[in-house]
Amino acid sequence: MAAPYQEAIPLHEPKSFWTKYVWSQNHKVIAIQYTLTAVAVGLVALVMSWLMRIQIAFPGSVAFIDPSTYYQLVTMHGMIMVIYLLTAIFLGGFGNFLIPLMVGARDMVFPFVNMLSYWAYLLSVLVLMASFFVPGGPTGAGWTLYPPQAILPGTPGSGGGIVLMLVSLILFIVAATMGGLNYVTTVIQARTLGMSMMRLPLSVWGIFMATILALLAFPALFVGSVMMLFDRLLGSSFFMPAVVSMGKMLDYEGGSPVLFQHIFWFFGHPEVYIVALPAFGIVSDIISTHARKNIFGYRIMVWAIVCIGVLSFIVWAHHMYVSGMNPYFGFFFAITTLIIAVPTAIKVYNWVLTLWQGNIHMTVPMLFAVAFVSTFTIGGITGLFLGNVVIDLPLSDTYFVVAHFHMVMGVSPILVVFGGIYHWFPKITGRMLDDRLGHLHFWLTFLGTYAIYFPMHYLGFIGMPRRYYAYEGYDFIPESAQDLNVFITVSALLVGVAQFIFLYNLAHSVFKGKSAGSNPWNATTLEWQTPETPPRHGNWGNKLPVVYRWAYDYSVPGEEKDFIPQNQPPRRGNLEPTGTPATHNT
Amino acid sequence: MDDTLMITFAVTGFVFVAVNLFMAYALVRYRYRPERRARYEPENRKLELWLTGLTTVGIVIMLAPGLIVLADFIHVPQNASVIEAVGKQWQWSFRFPGKDGVLGNTKPQFISFQNPFGLNPDDPNAQDDVLITGSELHLPVNQPVQILLRSYDVLHDFYVPHFRVKMDAVPGIVSTLWFTPTRAGRFDLACAEYCGIGHHTMRGAVYVDDQVTFQNWLGNQSTFSQTNNATTSRQEDNLIQQGRLLAEKQGCLGCHSIDGSPSAGPTWKGLLNRTETLSDGSTVVVDENYIKDSILNPNASVIKGYSPIMPAYDLSDQELDALIAFTASLSLTDNSATNLVSVGKQLAEQQGCLSCHSLDGSSSAGPSWKNLFGKTENLADNTTVVVDDHYLKEAILNPSATIVAGFSPIMPSYQFNDQELEALIAYTKTIH
Amino acid sequence: MQIKRNKSSWLPAEGLIDSSQNRFSVSNEKFGLRLFLTVVSSLFLLLIISYKIRMGLADWHSLPQLTLLWINTAILGISCIGFQRAKLAASQNQLDKVKFNLLFGGLLTCVFLIGQVMVWKQLSTMGFYLENNPANSFFYLITGLHGLHLIGGLIAWSNTSIQLFCNNHHSNLSSSVELLTIYWHFLLAVWLILFTIIVMT
Repeated sequence: MAAPYQEAIPLHEPKSFWTKYVWSQNHKVIAIQYTLTAVAVGLVALVMSWLMRIQIAFPGSVAFIDPSTYYQLVTMHGMIMVIYLLTAIFLGGFGNFLIPLMVGARDMVFPFVNMLSYWAYLLSVLVLMASFFVPGGPTGAGWTLYPPQAILPGTPGSGGGIVLMLVSLILFIVAATMGGLNYVTTVIQARTLGMSMMRLPLSVWGIFMATILALLAFPALFVGSVMMLFDRLLGSSFFMPAVVSMGKMLDYEGGSPVLFQHIFWFFGHPEVYIVALPAFGIVSDIISTHARKNIFGYRIMVWAIVCIGVLSFIVWAHHMYVSGMNPYFGFFFAITTLIIAVPTAIKVYNWVLTLWQGNIHMTVPMLFAVAFVSTFTIGGITGLFLGNVVIDLPLSDTYFVVAHFHMVMGVSPILVVFGGIYHWFPKITGRMLDDRLGHLHFWLTFLGTYAIYFPMHYLGFIGMPRRYYAYEGYDFIPESAQDLNVFITVSALLVGVAQFIFLYNLAHSVFKGKSAGSNPWNATTLEWQTPETPPRHGNWGNKLPVVYRWAYDYSVPGEEKDFIPQNQPPRRGNLEPTGTPATHNT
Repeated sequence: MDDTLMITFAVTGFVFVAVNLFMAYALVRYRYRPERRARYEPENRKLELWLTGLTTVGIVIMLAPGLIVLADFIHVPQNASVIEAVGKQWQWSFRFPGKDGVLGNTKPQFISFQNPFGLNPDDPNAQDDVLITGSELHLPVNQPVQILLRSYDVLHDFYVPHFRVKMDAVPGIVSTLWFTPTRAGRFDLACAEYCGIGHHTMRGAVYVDDQVTFQNWLGNQSTFSQTNNATTSRQEDNLIQQGRLLAEKQGCLGCHSIDGSPSAGPTWKGLLNRTETLSDGSTVVVDENYIKDSILNPNASVIKGYSPIMPAYDLSDQELDALIAFTASLSLTDNSATNLVSVGKQLAEQQGCLSCHSLDGSSSAGPSWKNLFGKTENLADNTTVVVDDHYLKEAILNPSATIVAGFSPIMPSYQFNDQELEALIAYTKTIH
Repeated sequence: MQIKRNKSSWLPAEGLIDSSQNRFSVSNEKFGLRLFLTVVSSLFLLLIISYKIRMGLADWHSLPQLTLLWINTAILGISCIGFQRAKLAASQNQLDKVKFNLLFGGLLTCVFLIGQVMVWKQLSTMGFYLENNPANSFFYLITGLHGLHLIGGLIAWSNTSIQLFCNNHHSNLSSSVELLTIYWHFLLAVWLILFTIIVMT
């Protein structure tokens, strides 16, 4: 029996500075807290990447980067970027801000838990940063933290560093779970009247599916981390076989390093879709808004998101083709991995087809969205190389893999983060970001990241291994490869510097940006239809919006304006649903 | 395999170019004009089905040859010769089965610097195994070879870029890969799974020779029985080694040092047959019986100056014998002060130096001792130093102050007396 | 107004849809709790799978029989009965009965947790330390995580109980008690599965 529709319980409005901006239970404030923290820690990781690239291109030029420090940089850069930046900003940043607004709710359904989630995230970041200050420094085991090396001497940070890393991850998982419960419950239970699931914008679908993945996949990381902590602190042998380390026979026996890899990648593969799916959703919304055209094939886009999410749980061992696991597994995982390429490719076609016969404004958000499609295509394509086991054999653990995952994780989603910020900044602050600076930032970043990663594929093809501190003395690496490395490093440093244009733009426009009005892009989705901009506490004023149409009524024939907001009633006056999927002729 | 690669390149290359060009065209052709309207088309079933179908076909075209080649990769040919490659931080060793064609059994418990492969000395198949250290392997051309991979300590990966195959070496299991070298020459061998701070230095070479050269080379390598006989009596060695391992595993070395430095319990260096005063004032000669009693019932006879905190260990007779043999080996230097170099060599073996410092130049946790004396080294604090008597003494007594650049500060300090330091230095001078 | 399109293309529905039909007819809190229990199930499922895999490797030695473990299981079961009765009483607004049964359930859970710690002590005096055998390691890990989840539940329980006892009234009594009961039954079910697996191997 259907539950009667309820007007949401009005939230008590906070009064003091502390409850408004610090201990806030308001999803918009929490979103900004998440984003600022993620960007701050991401900048730390960005600087780490500069140091790494300088070492590769100009070996020995920076005195304090010895092999130990180098591998610590590699590890912390990777872990911070994947977990503490990308996951936190897409789920905690974009998810928190957009979901209640796009579904027509006043806030998340569990605001207190939402607030706790941010503070747990911040705590996890602080614990991670603390690992820089323990003896031995932070862990240098690679972001994948493979045992036995992660907890044995010979790897940097095998003392306190790895312990703090694992504790930090456990805290992050607690934070992500608290947030995730909110996002899923809000999407399912708190949609406003008329907002059916198939009327949700794709941004919500992307974040929603990603959150479900997070809720089911993070327990695997939790289990792996706890077991590795036990091995390290209590001497158990979950993952530790009999080991003779530094001439000493250690007390471990019988454990399986490959078991850790299975557990880790069971989490690790869905993790990359946790980052990619929100990006997919946001790109769909940006393209359709700025091209004034409905997203092509909305229903199949939704199905593709769901299929990709489900399939992402059965492809994990494509990270383990050369791990020494049972070689017959390779058949199964190669097949599932290449199957998952099909719905992903369909999404790419649909974005491109949305542009076809559109009416395209080349705004800064649109530029970033288009750049996403281009870079994600190449990144996804190199994934097809790696998914095929025998092609993975020469390419695994080389710079080909590094180029691949930076394209699909480090370039494309980051471009969407930028695009999303340029797109929604006016709603968050009521002001526009500076357009010229935005264009400059875009071109430097887009062309720069291509310059960095396109040649890197070639380096992987010739066999240059990854996670190497230096490459001297290898005959199979030609001299010219070093020139290429220098080119890549210089490009990386330039791209890095270009990001300060963006930061300046953000800081400046918050105070001095051009006034935006409530819907500068003339978009259809609900978040642009709030009575005030920036939206005030409770988002919608006295009455919740009512939704009458899907999220993509752009350029509807016969309409005066080239868009119809979701909460605009049909002109007929008759509110009965028409044009349902079952009927074809109206 | 190369065909699969080319096919993949072709299909994906086409898609990449097509998508980008199409997008670029659409952006130009359909850029905003106020008098235009975009097309309103929520769906186009037919088009979507076609695209899905074509994509699936493309995927199958790439996947099918890949899986066929994979089947080839998994099935090792009957006529493949079998050899073993062992990875440890940070060098490769190799083993051929020798005349009997069978590789001997190994166990981690047997690993010592005299028996680096951990071969079971009682296994007859192991006797003729040909052992190669120093990270350089020779293979005959056009002969398929299956490599069984092992690791002592952490994950490594056997990767020869020119052969375009690789496989992880995992401690605790034996993994495998096979290939047929088709061209003679020298090819780089690199480690392709991050294994610690020496990962980038864990390199070697694979030489592919014609049959004659290869057989010559193989004949010149030593077998397990040969390396075994070169050292002191095998039985005794194993017992000492067992005792050492027991001492490490049971945690004895947490309170008893082996280099003479003071600790919670008496040092074991020179312990055997020493005269000690007990806490009750009486004296005792530390012989086998006393040691056994101290292990089984420690607090009955504690040495003066030490607290009665040692727990009892319920060890078997065999284990007790092993521990006593190990303790005895730590006393040899006191009596056989004949040749300074051989004393130094003994010290180096007993105190475990050779687990981190190689004698043949191969890279390891610490700098190799080959040609070390007189060398100019860069230190971690950016100074340079000539490795002389003074530096070596410093490095042994206070290692973290004098770390060579590129190495981690993990060496423990050894509180040797002057005579022992002289002996070690004398030994080092002889290593070329 | 004709919209030019292919014959079999889909048009999104315009107008007012009663979207209440695709929402679940439970409270948000209950939905959230059930979602959380899915996550917890995923956690314990992964533990069980790892247990099975690790069990297959060479050095596995089974644990000894532990009578205390059976007793603890019974105690947990009885505590759940307490919660169930509290839930029934709450729906009929019988405050005194709720108080009694809540207290009963919570205190018995504490007894269970103490009993688990006693099992740990028993194992280590018998020489089954955590580190010397994977079966032990898993036992400590699994019981430890299960216990931690119970402690989390006890925090929520004390929140509800304090409100009930101090103010003699609770704003959402029947909802809170129901949520606690669902959680306790879930953890009991998880424990029964874990217990069976441990005892059988």
